Amino acid sequence: MSNNCQPNGHTRVNNQPLFHITKRKALPWYYTWGIRGAAIVAALLTCAAVTSLLTGENPLEVFQTIGYGAFGTTRKTWILLQNLAILLCISLAVTPAFKMRFWNIGAEGQVLIGGLATAACMILLGDKVPNAVLIATMVISSIAAGAVWGGIPAFFKAKWNTNETLFTLMMNYVATQLVAFFVIVWEVPKGAGKIGIINQDTMAGWLPQIGDYKYLLNILIVAMLTVAMYVYLNYTKHGYEITVVGESERTARYVGIKVDKVIIRTMLLSGAVCGIAGLLLVGGTDHTITTTIAGGRGFTAVMVSWLAQFNPIVMVLTSFLLVFLDRGAGEISTVFALNHSFGDILTGIILFFIIGSEFFVNYQLNFRKNTGKEGKANV
Amino acid sequence: MNNKTAAVQMRNITKTFGSVVANDKVNLDIYKGEVLALLGENGSGKTTMMNMLSGIYFPDEGEIFINGQPTVISSPKDAFDHGIGMIHQHFKLVDVLTAAENIVLGLKEEGRLNIEAVAAKVKKICDAYGFEVDPYQKIYNMSVSQKQTVEIVKVLYRGADILILDEPTAVLTPQETDKLFAVLRNMRNDGKAVVIITHKLHEVEDISDRVVILNHGKFVGDLITAQTSAQEMTNMMVGRAVELNINRPEPVDPRPRVEVQGLTVRSSDGILKLDDVTFTANSGEILGIAGISGCGQKELLEAIAGLQRTESGTIRYIRDDGTAENLVGKDPLEIASMGVALSFVPEDRLGMGLVGNMDLTDNMMLRSFREGPSFLINRKKPRLLAEKVVKDLEVNTPGVSTPIRRLSGGNVQKVLLGREIASSPTVLLTAYAVRGLDINSSYTIYDLLTRQKQAGVAVIYVGEDLDVLLELCDRILVLCGGKVSGLVDGKTAEKHQIGMMMTKLGGEAANE
Repeated sequence: MSNNCQPNGHTRVNNQPLFHITKRKALPWYYTWGIRGAAIVAALLTCAAVTSLLTGENPLEVFQTIGYGAFGTTRKTWILLQNLAILLCISLAVTPAFKMRFWNIGAEGQVLIGGLATAACMILLGDKVPNAVLIATMVISSIAAGAVWGGIPAFFKAKWNTNETLFTLMMNYVATQLVAFFVIVWEVPKGAGKIGIINQDTMAGWLPQIGDYKYLLNILIVAMLTVAMYVYLNYTKHGYEITVVGESERTARYVGIKVDKVIIRTMLLSGAVCGIAGLLLVGGTDHTITTTIAGGRGFTAVMVSWLAQFNPIVMVLTSFLLVFLDRGAGEISTVFALNHSFGDILTGIILFFIIGSEFFVNYQLNFRKNTGKEGKANV
Repeated sequence: MNNKTAAVQMRNITKTFGSVVANDKVNLDIYKGEVLALLGENGSGKTTMMNMLSGIYFPDEGEIFINGQPTVISSPKDAFDHGIGMIHQHFKLVDVLTAAENIVLGLKEEGRLNIEAVAAKVKKICDAYGFEVDPYQKIYNMSVSQKQTVEIVKVLYRGADILILDEPTAVLTPQETDKLFAVLRNMRNDGKAVVIITHKLHEVEDISDRVVILNHGKFVGDLITAQTSAQEMTNMMVGRAVELNINRPEPVDPRPRVEVQGLTVRSSDGILKLDDVTFTANSGEILGIAGISGCGQKELLEAIAGLQRTESGTIRYIRDDGTAENLVGKDPLEIASMGVALSFVPEDRLGMGLVGNMDLTDNMMLRSFREGPSFLINRKKPRLLAEKVVKDLEVNTPGVSTPIRRLSGGNVQKVLLGREIASSPTVLLTAYAVRGLDINSSYTIYDLLTRQKQAGVAVIYVGEDLDVLLELCDRILVLCGGKVSGLVDGKTAEKHQIGMMMTKLGGEAANE
């Protein structure tokens, strides 16, 4: 950053930095969004340049293909919306924890365990109890399983101040191994190493389908969750406590908030919503369970939540952006016969610019004024 | 004295942080073979001055000469290159490494790391000055004093011949302090320049050859320690404050409200912070608490407010009807639910009293948000309160939806005090209520506190400006090292008397 040439002798050193970084004061909203808009334009231009240079394809065609991959057919649109719903659901789940500055990167495991609980109900109780009872059991057990998975690290954090990042991360592996174990226990047929579609003939425990739209129920549930989470975080006493604990534990204690209680309660909620995501995946769409049903979305959700600055409504946009790019990238690889990695490169460039723009929203660069005095000192 | 050569000359140094002037055209000389004490109250700019010498800050104006040569120091590395080493108040060591590893950390030496050679060199330095360091001991196994020794050896290892120690004795026991001072004397006799930043007079007398006094960022004096007295240094350190005219009405029907008896508090690492403190705060009266920073003021207020675990003693709250409650062991919520209306304006306004990222309305409801049976929060009353506080206390803000961190220090304090007073307390605890505020805001605060007193509130005012304490408070409790050094009447007490009591238990009478 600084013109860090070695000092020429001990007494004539001048490596005052070329510029220094200061935190910005408040910016008007149009200025902030101007910076972010400029970042997206710059990202698209960079993508176009990289595409032309590396592949020789017409960048406009590439962009068109991304759009087609996302919205090209009715089916593609529904898949996009379904992916959006699941990613958004997991993002909603991690948001209260992050707002409380509890680094829950265990959403992956919490989703898996919720899915596992759902699958267990479907397999063990399918055809033994009425379908309505079965679905109610699935809902309760998936939520409970997710909550427990989120609650364990929170309990240890609250009581013994263990590191939640490491703890939640490790819980992911435990969940994956549990799922792997039960996949073998319940595999159909024996030796297949996978469960296959559960209750394929009876459809017992499959969440109901609204009309002809396979994914509509998931989308509606997540839409309701989004509104609920927005209200919870911004207009309830719990949400207020979460904000205070996240901003300063000392302030929270000073006003008599029981920090331990808030941490555990919030993580139970966070895990429970992850459990719902597992329920929607297993009971709603996949009707089976594998170790990869969460598909890394537990981690992508962290980015969705941060980019939206923990605002559930804005998270609809940020999760849309990520799902859109992902779907588009997949399409590029098939249409242009490029490696799937090329799509990832474009996604990477766009995210780099978007996340990087936040730096310029919060900080500014002050360049050194070249006064005569310093000019002399530089001789 | 005259034949000594100046190792460092700082000329007309000015440093500002935003609108705060930390150092204002300060001149300072540091000589070889001498221990210099840099004396001043908190916020007088001592540490800022030395941070510019050690490359942490860069002066806005002024020049630094090292051995007579004009020098630009723009990084700690530059400082090391010029033989300047600073030992900070908060140690900068890596816990899981050994002493020797910490000592060579960051040094760019040729070839492979030879830890035995390092250990041998460390041993040589230790023998030369009388340190005791085991080069192979891990930092996390060390006591505070051992860690400090490692820090000192670290800068010596780098060839420092100008050593700056920022309040080195704050964390040491008296015996450890004696040991440290012995080592510092050895270094001085070896021709090194030693600067110790302090606000403890007896240490200045004990160790230093010369003393430079700063007050509110300005240079006030440069004295030979042997030719001055604690009296004179106190005068210069406290300074002549602006002519204050604080209205001090007689206490209103004073009755015991808070009775503290034999209160003893230890910090989480076992350091004794309050030692058998006993006093009574009356209603309708302002009780001032004077003392050098870190003498237990914070712990005392936090213990009363239910935020600090106590070791022994009682804190009794006495109601108007004579019934009493023990507040020890209760948290703030339990205290409030017993009907004890206790308000607390903490020292750390944005880190404890308020939430910087929340707006005025949300900050107003920090204490009251639980009201009502609804799961949802009602922002109507807090918003009205915020608007009222803004209007009554003339808070300068664009509106009540502005995040509080965007407000200036004085306005932040008005918001905090406004909220605490709005709950009509019977006890009001304030810690450094006017720190960092300009004269006008300070007057507003004094006025508010006096009005609370007239309304029958027991006000406890922890302050650092003795002139203000003497004009504002009815009685002043003086703390020294966590003990009660004395209790004086605000109307009759002398500033010097309090100053002596702050530095020595019981003031002049005691002979330590």
